Amino acid sequence: MAAEVGQFALILALLLATVQAGATLWGAHRRESVLMALGRSAAALQAGFVILAFACLAYGYVVCDFSLALVAEHSHTAQPLPYRFAATWGSHEGSMLLWVLILAVYGGGVALFGRTLRETLQARVLGVQGLIGVAFLAFILFTSNPFLRLDPAPIEGTELNPLLQDPGLVSHPPMLYLGYVGFSVAFSFAMAALIEGRVDAAWARWVRPWVLAAWIPLTIGITLGSLWAYYELGWGGWWFWDPVENASLMPWLLGTALLHSALVLERRGALVSWTILLAILTFSLSLVGTFLVRSGVLTSVHAFAVDPRRGVFILAIIGVTTGAALGLYGWRAPSIRSGALFQPLSREGGVILNNLFLCVLCATVFLGTFTPLFAELTGDKISVGPPYYSWVFAPFAVPLLALLVFGPMLNWKRDELAKTVARVRVPAGIAALVFLLVAVFAGLGHAVAAAGLALAAWLLAGSAAILVRRWWSGRAYLGRSILTTPRALVGLAIAHAGLGLLTLGITGVTSWHQDKVLNMRPGATTTFAGRTLTMTALEDVQGPNWQARQARFSVRGPGGTYELVSQRRFYPSAQQQTTEAGIHVTPLGNLYLSEGDESAEGVVIRLWSHPLVVWIWIGGFTMALGGAVSLSDRRLRVGALVKAPQLQPVAAE
Amino acid sequence: MKRLLLMAAAFAALAGPAAAVNPDEQLRDPRLEARAHELSRTLRCVVCQNQSIDDSDAALAHDLRVILRERIAAGDTDRQAVDYIVARYGSFVELKPPVQGDTLILWFGPLALTLLGGAGIALHLRRRARLAAEPFTADEEAELAHLLNSDAPKTGTLKSGGPA
Amino acid sequence: MKRFLFLVPALLFAGLLVAFGIGLTMDPTILPSMLIGKPVPAFNLAPVRPGDQGLARADLGGEPVLLNYYASWCVACRAEHPMLMRLRSEGVPIHGVDWKDAPADGDKWLQDRGDPYIRVGNDQSGRTGIDMGVSGVPETFVIDKQGRVRYRHVGAITQDDWANKIAPLMQRLKAES
Repeated sequence: MAAEVGQFALILALLLATVQAGATLWGAHRRESVLMALGRSAAALQAGFVILAFACLAYGYVVCDFSLALVAEHSHTAQPLPYRFAATWGSHEGSMLLWVLILAVYGGGVALFGRTLRETLQARVLGVQGLIGVAFLAFILFTSNPFLRLDPAPIEGTELNPLLQDPGLVSHPPMLYLGYVGFSVAFSFAMAALIEGRVDAAWARWVRPWVLAAWIPLTIGITLGSLWAYYELGWGGWWFWDPVENASLMPWLLGTALLHSALVLERRGALVSWTILLAILTFSLSLVGTFLVRSGVLTSVHAFAVDPRRGVFILAIIGVTTGAALGLYGWRAPSIRSGALFQPLSREGGVILNNLFLCVLCATVFLGTFTPLFAELTGDKISVGPPYYSWVFAPFAVPLLALLVFGPMLNWKRDELAKTVARVRVPAGIAALVFLLVAVFAGLGHAVAAAGLALAAWLLAGSAAILVRRWWSGRAYLGRSILTTPRALVGLAIAHAGLGLLTLGITGVTSWHQDKVLNMRPGATTTFAGRTLTMTALEDVQGPNWQARQARFSVRGPGGTYELVSQRRFYPSAQQQTTEAGIHVTPLGNLYLSEGDESAEGVVIRLWSHPLVVWIWIGGFTMALGGAVSLSDRRLRVGALVKAPQLQPVAAE
Repeated sequence: MKRLLLMAAAFAALAGPAAAVNPDEQLRDPRLEARAHELSRTLRCVVCQNQSIDDSDAALAHDLRVILRERIAAGDTDRQAVDYIVARYGSFVELKPPVQGDTLILWFGPLALTLLGGAGIALHLRRRARLAAEPFTADEEAELAHLLNSDAPKTGTLKSGGPA
Repeated sequence: MKRFLFLVPALLFAGLLVAFGIGLTMDPTILPSMLIGKPVPAFNLAPVRPGDQGLARADLGGEPVLLNYYASWCVACRAEHPMLMRLRSEGVPIHGVDWKDAPADGDKWLQDRGDPYIRVGNDQSGRTGIDMGVSGVPETFVIDKQGRVRYRHVGAITQDDWANKIAPLMQRLKAES
């Protein structure tokens, strides 16, 4: 019954999305308030019905309704409850429904909370959102219906891939989708601006928080994904440059560029048409990322069954969405005037340089991901893997990180070189000191590692310097100066410091990682990376839906004595084997141990030492935290603006 | 969902979880072993397609690791050892694609884009800088002073325009 | 000029869309063989059938033949086997290589299911297969009169593959001098 309700709710949502798009766009064109109000209600109602449809599917999973084909394919009664629920988005159809759910909720958000916007602008944003909704609801209903029934219903379902039965599945996809789909709002704002042919203060003030609201979960999602792969895949890699990973990195890179250019637009009214272009491209890359990996175009052997009909549908959606947007851009953008003037050496100039580097990095990932496809058109077969990225990505990423400290030190509009350099002399001194210390203690053979650590120190000290500089200028009233520091500035410092931590982690693990593989028996001892490991037991254990061969170790090392356990699990109903690595995490480095095959010589044990690796994820989460702090500032400021008449943002129509 | 696909991908082609080199494959000479280890990370497993032969548990990846070590032990240079495998499976197995006609954009596109973008920005800014070089008005001076001391938004300068 | 600059993204995107569209019609998992047009590398394989003489490089050539890689542990080979039996009964010459398999298992396979091969050799180490660029079984090579590889088929041969690709090629190779 629930499935039929869900199916019906989806059909209603499609109709409502059509009404939403039609009523708002026509209403805005004719300036009919009634029509625009109708569109707003449709957007809110559409969100309600998609939530209902999603709830129906989730209910089917939770109660194990195997008469639903999708549930029977991805769930099992022995599967623990959180994973039965998370399995809702563990399939192609379910993840599409989650995608549309988030889109509808964002649309509903614009309808309900966008009252401070000019009515026609809000209506046009909702109209574009409605059109995207129509496309994807139709995609779900016509090619990927999640509510198909099985008759007769099987008594038991097929278990979800055991690798996916992990807290990672519960949190990673929703975060990633919040990010991808969140960029649709910036896209809709860009489209509305192009339709209107004008950009006003309210537009500028709305875009950045929405970009930030998408960028934060995307950052968290990518970081969670990296962390999940690290502990679950069983060999301790944290980034693989796989097409599916690149698909999330590309919108992140452009989204980061957009975040910065939107800042210039918000503060100075400059970079208008560039920001619009970035908003279009960021969401387009989200679409390409989410969907092209499902169409079978790329050699990413993935779990979702490839259906050529889906591929064509998806390509059509991308073609129409991005094609229409870029066409409209080519037509209308030349007439949108950009306001404020600035000198090359200024905060604005810094952001432009930041955008250039981020776009080049995004282009690098794009070329790496799609060149195999382009080469195939000429009949050639090539692979682009990690060695390419270390040759081409890194040389552009490092200068960006090095220049990044200068950005927030620059004044808006114009600045002087000598003064700018003087402002960063303390971070530069700290970085030089770190370089010398590492080079002296680790030897000149570690010059690259020393440079990496110096870069991390430069970023961390540079971030601290942003706050110190502000507090120092108000040192007469230090307490008040600290309290009144805008949260956006604090957020900026935190996010940039996150990059410093990320650099620290990457440098540590790439410069000093070690590995070792050997056969061991219970009682055997080995030394590795300054630690002594003794296998204390090799035993069988039983879990809720798995059996495992478990190896236990006692480890003596710099951090004292601790136990480490690795399992090789077998999931009988899924007929699959997985490895649960034993990982000892410390700020200085992880010991990673995974159990392999058993033979007459004992059991294969693989050991990895990953120095400083944990800072990679701490850095990622810190960046997201910085975004969140900055976003909390915006909300206050939007409220404050309404009270401040001299900054009244809404142009009288 | 990305990572999910990746994981399922990594495992779809394998009997068990991924697990790299076995103890019996390793060369006795640690220097040669380190070279072989490094090289095997740059070669793609043809069966599983998303992993290097170093990471893969596929039987063919195992064979190729052994062959690579045989070549290294027999005195091959890194390039010769890789070419031995490329001769059989094509340059597809190289995770670092060769520089050739259809990979020129891949290798030099980012650099070209940086130069082109940099030149474009420089031209644009020079043109605008000439405009900005005119002396500030009293209002602008006040605004500048205000900006130097605060990070508050300055929305007043935002200009809007309509289609021409 | 300036207006044109704003159209550049749309034009680039149009090109990209075309590339993606063509890409949809292609299967990126198929790898080309490096050996097309080149002579089969030297090999000399031990027999699978007890008391038989195995398969060597010298056995290839003279007339166009199929060289089929199989293994007793291979599921897809099971699906392909009836097709091979049919081709053999139609007089198509096929040599076999039992790849990464114990000779006894390879022999049992032939005894249980029927033997489509003229000669069959055992490649337990898999090295001959690797020299041929085999990535899995079943895989089938078309060898011409000079002992050169002319075509590689990955996966089980279906009726469609035979009628549209392999049979016409074999006809042409027969006509070559």
